[in-house]
Amino acid sequence: MKLDIPSLIIQMLEYTKISLVIFFLTLIFALPLGLAISLLRMSKLKILNIPIRVYLLIVRGTPLMLQLLFIYFAPYYLLGLSYDRFVAAILAFTLNYAAYFAEIYRGGIESISKGQYEAASMLGFTKLHTFIKIILPQVVKRILPSMGNEFMTLVKDTALAQTIAVAELFRIASNAASRASSTLPYIIAGIIYLILNSLIEWIFNKVEKHLDYYK
Amino acid sequence: MKVIQASNIKKQFDDVEVLKGISLEVNKGEVLAIIGPSGSGKSTLLRCLTQLEHIDTGEIYVCGQQMVQTQNNHAIYASPTDLVKMRLETGLVFQNFNLFPHFSALRNVTEALIHVLKTPKDEAKSKAISLLKRMGLEDKLDAYPCELSGGQQQRVSIARALALSPQVLFFDEPTSALDPELTNEILKIIRELANEKMTMVVVTHEMNFAKEVADRIIFMEEGIIACEGAPNDIFGSAQNDRLRSFLGHFNI
Repeated sequence: MKLDIPSLIIQMLEYTKISLVIFFLTLIFALPLGLAISLLRMSKLKILNIPIRVYLLIVRGTPLMLQLLFIYFAPYYLLGLSYDRFVAAILAFTLNYAAYFAEIYRGGIESISKGQYEAASMLGFTKLHTFIKIILPQVVKRILPSMGNEFMTLVKDTALAQTIAVAELFRIASNAASRASSTLPYIIAGIIYLILNSLIEWIFNKVEKHLDYYK
Repeated sequence: MKVIQASNIKKQFDDVEVLKGISLEVNKGEVLAIIGPSGSGKSTLLRCLTQLEHIDTGEIYVCGQQMVQTQNNHAIYASPTDLVKMRLETGLVFQNFNLFPHFSALRNVTEALIHVLKTPKDEAKSKAISLLKRMGLEDKLDAYPCELSGGQQQRVSIARALALSPQVLFFDEPTSALDPELTNEILKIIRELANEKMTMVVVTHEMNFAKEVADRIIFMEEGIIACEGAPNDIFGSAQNDRLRSFLGHFNI
């Protein structure tokens, strides 16, 4: 079968949208969830931090592909419940990325000197005000490079959604490649991922420059 | 009027007893200098009086209000609301400034006025500007801490502490992170505040400064107040051997 390149590209761009939806939904859920998890992880109460450490170990210690398959198929095999594969993909990505974000937040939060908290408390700031206005902005600046890494990895990891048959950019490329016995669809997909990540790198550079006014 | 009254304060870190029963009073309008070798408990004392550390036993009053008392050998602190109120009566200037790096000099000063004292923004801004002017920083209002010298940063932090109009201002070795020229900048400010009858407690290694500015000097050693008196007594015929040997290290 001969490849109709223009319509292949249009179709691939169409499914790039799905990859982007996975990307953005994962960020929307995992960024705040990761912050909550990092705060629990730093709690001195064992009843809070031990379950979180177990979760972090499991999520960071097993393949994301395995987690996708487990989250989608386990309810079916165990309880006979089946649900939308797209929802399963978002759930798996969110739980996975929240774990990595949590550890990045923790590194950032723990790098802020005790003096900042002491100065804030001498001025009578509440704990919430101290965290939101004094600590978090400094944390964001410090974790930007690591976050840039994670965002770029997430763009590429969306390709794993195809393991539970979510139709996104990579799956469309794979199908087209095997139908036409050609590597061209893979190359096009690679270029699209590369363009997306160039964009992310550009945005992160901009934000880093924007926050360059203080040290 | 007594701004600070503390009696028999004890504080232990793990097995090390840092404060072994300190009693002191600070009168309104007075400048009290605390001197002594490193590790004698000077900074810990300041941190206890400003609630940055909790004492094990003893009593502390701030402006006549009880901050902490001791019952059955346990320190019992006042309610959180009262503690915040008392904390605002006590300003603290840190050795390494602890300015908020992401705020301009001006916002470092206005932030607490606006969000803690709920001062209207315009009023907070004009108060902060006049304080920074007093510190000689009128052309640095919009500068960020990283753009300022150590002396300028310390002056911003003094303005930040003064903004809340505390009854007493504590200084924890305010010049230790500064070179001699910048040190004089800060000492000049403290001298001016002393002339305006600001109540101050200054932990310092600047003996000449303590001698000149303080109304009273406390010499601490190994967690106790070893000597206390007017500068002339302390620097005169030093009656205490340890004090004499400590002062021997300085050119006075």
